[in-house]
Amino acid sequence: MFPRPIEKATPAVQTTYKTFLPVALFIWLLPLLAIFMTSIRPAADINSGNVFGWPSDFLLIENYTAVFTQSEAARYFLNSVYITVPTVIISVALACLAGYALAVYRFRAAIPLFFVFVAGNFVPFQILMVPVRDLSVQTGLYDTVTGLVLFHAAFQTGFCTLFMRNFIKALPYELIESARIEGVGEFQIFWYLVLPLVRPAIAALAVLIFTFVWNDFFWATVLTQGEASKPITAGVRALNGQFVSQWHLVSAASLLAAVPPVAMFFLMQKHFIAGLTLGATKG
Amino acid sequence: MNTDISASTSSASLGADVQLDKRSWFQRNKLQVAPWIFLAPAMLFFVVYVIAPIFQSMWYSFYEWDGIGEKVWIGLDNYRELTDDDRFYTSLWNNLLWLVLYMLAVPAGLFIALFLNQTVTGMRIYKSLFFFPFVISQVVVGLIFTWFYNPNFGIVGKVWMFFGADPPSILGDERFVTYGIIFAGLWPQIAYCMILYLTGLNNVSPDQVEAGRLDGARGWKMLRHVILPQLWPATFLAIVVTVIGALRSFDMIAIMTQGGPYGSSNVLSYYMFETALSEYGFRMGYGSSIAVVLFFIMLFFISYFLWVMYKDEREA
Repeated sequence: MFPRPIEKATPAVQTTYKTFLPVALFIWLLPLLAIFMTSIRPAADINSGNVFGWPSDFLLIENYTAVFTQSEAARYFLNSVYITVPTVIISVALACLAGYALAVYRFRAAIPLFFVFVAGNFVPFQILMVPVRDLSVQTGLYDTVTGLVLFHAAFQTGFCTLFMRNFIKALPYELIESARIEGVGEFQIFWYLVLPLVRPAIAALAVLIFTFVWNDFFWATVLTQGEASKPITAGVRALNGQFVSQWHLVSAASLLAAVPPVAMFFLMQKHFIAGLTLGATKG
Repeated sequence: MNTDISASTSSASLGADVQLDKRSWFQRNKLQVAPWIFLAPAMLFFVVYVIAPIFQSMWYSFYEWDGIGEKVWIGLDNYRELTDDDRFYTSLWNNLLWLVLYMLAVPAGLFIALFLNQTVTGMRIYKSLFFFPFVISQVVVGLIFTWFYNPNFGIVGKVWMFFGADPPSILGDERFVTYGIIFAGLWPQIAYCMILYLTGLNNVSPDQVEAGRLDGARGWKMLRHVILPQLWPATFLAIVVTVIGALRSFDMIAIMTQGGPYGSSNVLSYYMFETALSEYGFRMGYGSSIAVVLFFIMLFFISYFLWVMYKDEREA
C-alpha cells in the first residue's frame, strides 16, 4: 500500500492526520456548506448583506417549501425524471445489444465501428447543435421531453457501448462457444447467457448515465423553450432570474436539484465508481 | 450430422457444404448476419443524432443561414470572417487557458488521492464526501462560485475586507474572469481525477511496493519509480476526461458570465452558441464554422486517445 499506512507512523503523526482530515474536508466542501447555510436563512439576512454569515433564523422547511409553492420547480423536477429515466433505459438497452455484437463476433468492421462509437462520445456538443435542433424542429420534437430523450439516448449510447463491449469482451469466450455447439440460438445466448452476466455493467451504466443526463444543461437550453419540458438544471437557471436577489430560495432549489444524483451516488457507490473508471475496479 | 455442426460453428466450411445444407439462408449465415441485427438499433440512433449532424454542420458552415429562411451558399466566407474576428481569437486563447490550467486537476487529484489512501475509521465516508462536487450539476457549482466571488457579500469579498483591502470583482474584471471560472471548474474535476487515482492506488501491486521498500525507495522516489508507472491507466483516463472537459466547458460560462464582460471569458463552445442561438442573432452558418474549428481541435486529441487505445487493444 502506498503511501505507507498511517498506523505505522508515530502517534503524533497519526493524531495530526486524524485532526487534519476533517479540517481538509471542511475546506473542500466549504462552498456546499455555505450554500446550505444560505438556503436556510430568512430573506431579511440577504437584504442586510448577511449571505454567508451565521443565519439570524433557521427556516429550513419554510424555504424549501417556498421553492415549490412559489415557482415551477416541481414541474422542472418531474420533467427531469421523465427525461432521465427513459434515456437510461434506451441507451443501456441499445448498448447491451451493440456491445454484445462488437465483443462476441469476429468481423472486419467490429474494431472500426467500436472506435466510431468511442469517438462519437467525445465530440463537442456544438458540432451537433444546429442539425439536431433543426431535426427536432422539423419532426415536431423541439421543446418536448421526447425530443430530449431521443437525443440523449443516442448520444449516451456511445459511452455505454464502449463500456459494455469491454465488459463482455472480458467474459470467458468459451461459454458462448460451447453454447453455440449445443445449438443455442444467437439471441438466446445473448438473452439467457450474456445478459445475466453483465448485470453489474448495467447497474454501473444506469447510475452514471442517470447522473450525466440529470445534470445536462446544454441540451436543455438548446432543445427546450417553455416550462413544459424544461428540466431542473435549466429550471434553476430560470429561477435565478425569477427570484431576483432571493438567494436563499435559489440556493435551496440548487441543492434540491443535486439530491437525486447525490442519492444515486451514495446508494450505488461501487457501481458508480466502476462506471467512471471504465471498470478498472474489477481487478 | 457432422456437416451440420461444422456449418453452424465455422464459416470456412460453408462453401463445401452448401449443397447438403437444407436450412434457411439466415440459419446458414447467422454468424455473419447476427452482429448486424444486434448493432442495427444503436447504429440507427447514433447515425441520426451524432454521425450525420457532424457532416451536416460542416456543410452548413459554407452557408449564410438564419435557421428559418433560405440558405445562401457563401463558400469559405465564414472561415474568412473567422480569421478577422477578435472575439474568435479571445475564445481560442481562453480555450488554451482552460486546457492548460484544467490539467492541474490531474496532479491535484493524485495529491488528494494519496492523502486519502489510508484505512482510518470512517475513511469510506471521507472518500465519498471528497468526491461530492463531481456529482453535482455544473449549473449549481457555477451558481455557488458566482456568489462566492461577489465582491459585496461573497466570501472572497469578506476575506479581502478582513485584510482591509478593496475586494476585486473577479467575474467583472477582464483580467481575472477566465481564471475565476477555471478555478471553479477545477473543483469538480479534481474530485473526478481523485476517484480515478484512488481506484488506481487500490490496484497497485503490494509486492512491488514491498520490493521497492526493500530496495530503499521511499517517498518521492517510490512514487516516481514504482507507483506512477502502475498508475498509468488512471493517469491516461484522467488526462482524457480533463482534456474533454476543458474543451466542453460551457455550463459554467453560461451560468457565471455568459462570456462577459465584453466577451472576455468566452470559449469556442459558448461563442458558437452565442452566435447561432441567442439574442445576438441566429447566424447558424457562422456558428457552424466555429463548431467545425472546435471539432477539429477535439479530433486532434481524440485521434491520439484512440491511437493509444488501439495499441492497447492489439497487445491484449
